[in-house]
Amino acid sequence: MIGVEHYVVVSSILFVLGVLGIFLNRKNVIIVLMAIELILLAVNINLVAFSAFLGDLTGQIFAMFVLTVAAGEAAVGLAILVIYFRGRGTIAVDDVNRMKG
Amino acid sequence: MIHVIAFYLFAVMTVASGAITILSRNPVHSVLWLILAFFNAAGLMVLVGAEFIAMLLVIVYVGAVAVLFLFVVMMLDIDFAELRAGFVRYFPLGALVALVLLAEIVLGIGAYRAGSLELGTPDGTAAVAEDVSNTTAIGALLYSRYLFLFEAAGIILLVAMIGAIVLTHRQRGEALVQNISKQNARRPDEATVNVKPEVGKGVTL
Repeated sequence: MIGVEHYVVVSSILFVLGVLGIFLNRKNVIIVLMAIELILLAVNINLVAFSAFLGDLTGQIFAMFVLTVAAGEAAVGLAILVIYFRGRGTIAVDDVNRMKG
Repeated sequence: MIHVIAFYLFAVMTVASGAITILSRNPVHSVLWLILAFFNAAGLMVLVGAEFIAMLLVIVYVGAVAVLFLFVVMMLDIDFAELRAGFVRYFPLGALVALVLLAEIVLGIGAYRAGSLELGTPDGTAAVAEDVSNTTAIGALLYSRYLFLFEAAGIILLVAMIGAIVLTHRQRGEALVQNISKQNARRPDEATVNVKPEVGKGVTL
């Protein structure tokens, strides 16, 4: 039978994939943002699984708040990306340290 | 039995599409695989009986966030081949960090399974009711016990929306804009003239 451990394993693999994605696509901010979404998805799976198996709805409520923050973060992150691209013509994050002050 | 098959199907699909998301060459393909990962994660959540969060995941992630990503990827004209230049160089370090993190998590799960971690037990104030649906139960809890957190979430969304609009809004020079204070400051005597031209002569403005 499927227990909470199965869900924890899936979510931890997804979490590690998200971290790996941030390292691999270090120059491409769009994929870095997508990797952050994967990490938040892993956290959500974890919260919902424990909520369901412990019989307590609080985890599902907090998964909703994580979803809210993820949506806001994606919107603001992509807006910053768009204005960065407008000024530079590239999205390579290696150049961001030129913005001193 | 069907439950186990569905779990493994959704789990394998989620992990596989998450892996392809971070490894794909084309960011448009990455977004599409990300959408597939979200759909399968929603399936995993339906399996444990959290239908409301699953539907929210489909609506918010697939309907809003993924479309936003697609929009930005297609709007920006970027040479993605150049951005992938350091992929092979970064791989060993990334894989090392990921493996260390995975080992830590596996150790944590092992400690949990061995029973040496005390997670605490739910106090029953948010217990899953037997006779109401998942959506009803979440709504009852959200609008009573977590009302202030719910409103704080609304404020976060509002701030994010205003921030995104302020950041990306740009004033174009050639566009005609309405200047309301200038309109209100206009008086009839400076805006109109009363002339009596003779017959056959034009009016100079």
